[in-house]
Amino acid sequence: MIQAIAFYLFAGLMIASAVMVIMARNPVHSVLWLILAFFNAAGLMVLVGAEFIAMLLVIVYVGAVAVLFLFVVMMLDIDFAELRAGFIKNFPLGMLIALILFVELFVGIVAWNQGHITLGTADAAAAATGAESNIAAIGALLYGRYLAIFELAGLVLLVAMIGAIVLTHRKRPDGARSHQNITRQVMRRPEDATVMKQPEVGKGVDL
Amino acid sequence: MIGIEHYVTVSAALFVLGVLGIFLNRKNVIVILMAIELILLSVNINLVAFSAFMGDLIGQIFAMMVLTVAAAEAAIGLAILVIYFRSRGTIAVDDAHQMKG
Repeated sequence: MIQAIAFYLFAGLMIASAVMVIMARNPVHSVLWLILAFFNAAGLMVLVGAEFIAMLLVIVYVGAVAVLFLFVVMMLDIDFAELRAGFIKNFPLGMLIALILFVELFVGIVAWNQGHITLGTADAAAAATGAESNIAAIGALLYGRYLAIFELAGLVLLVAMIGAIVLTHRKRPDGARSHQNITRQVMRRPEDATVMKQPEVGKGVDL
Repeated sequence: MIGIEHYVTVSAALFVLGVLGIFLNRKNVIVILMAIELILLSVNINLVAFSAFMGDLIGQIFAMMVLTVAAAEAAIGLAILVIYFRSRGTIAVDDAHQMKG
C-alpha cells in the first residue's frame, strides 16, 4: 500500500515537473523543475531497489548537469521573450504528434500486458540474487565482466571534457597568453625571495 | 500492486513530454537540451524498471552508460551553445543555417 502511494507521488510529481520544464517561461525555472523531475525519478528507482542508479542520478544529474545548465542559462544574456515566439504556432502540431506517440506507446504496453509477446529471459550470469546489496552486485559486474565498457565510458567523458574545453577556450584579445611567466617562476630561488631577520624584543622589522 | 506496466507507462509519458518540449521550444536551444535530458531520463527509468522486475542487473549497467553519454552530451551541447552565442549574440536556432563556412 505504502509502495503504491509512494509510486503515484513520485510519478505524479515527476510528470508534473516535466510539464513545467517544457512550459516554463523562464529557462532558469525550467532548470529548477528539471532538478525536481530528477529527484522524483531517483525516488522511483529507489522504489524498485536500484539504489545505486538513484544515487548516481542525484549526484550526476542534479549535482553536475543541472548546475551546468544553470551556469549557462545565467551566464548568457538572452532575451527569452523573443525565443518563445513560435510557442503558440507550434502548439497544435506538437500536441498532435505527442498524442499519437503516447497512444502508440500505450497500445504497445497494453498489448504486451495481454501476455502474447514474451520477453527474453534474464541473463543467469547477471541475475540479481538478492543475497548481496545492489551496490555490491553492480560493482562485481562492472569491474569484472563489463570492465572494458566501463573504461570506454570513462573515455567518452574524457573526450567530452577535452572537447568542451577546446570549444570554449579563447585567446585573450590583446594577444597575451596569460599573466603567468613560467620561466621567471621556475628560476626563482629561496635565497632571492626570503631573508632571515632576528628583531630584538619590542622592535619591528624594516622591510 | 505496482507492476512493471506502471513504470513503463510513466516512462512513456515522460518520453512524450520530452518530444513535445522539442516541438514547442523550437527556437530555444537550452530548453531543447533539457527536453533531450528528459527523454534520456525516461529511457533510464525504463531500463532500470525492466532490470528490477526481470532480476537482471545488465539493465542497470546500461542505464549507467546512458547516464555517461547524457552527461557528455550536455557538456558538449552547452559548449557549442556558448560559442554560438559568442559569435552571434543570440541562441535562436532559426539562424543556425547561417553557420556554414
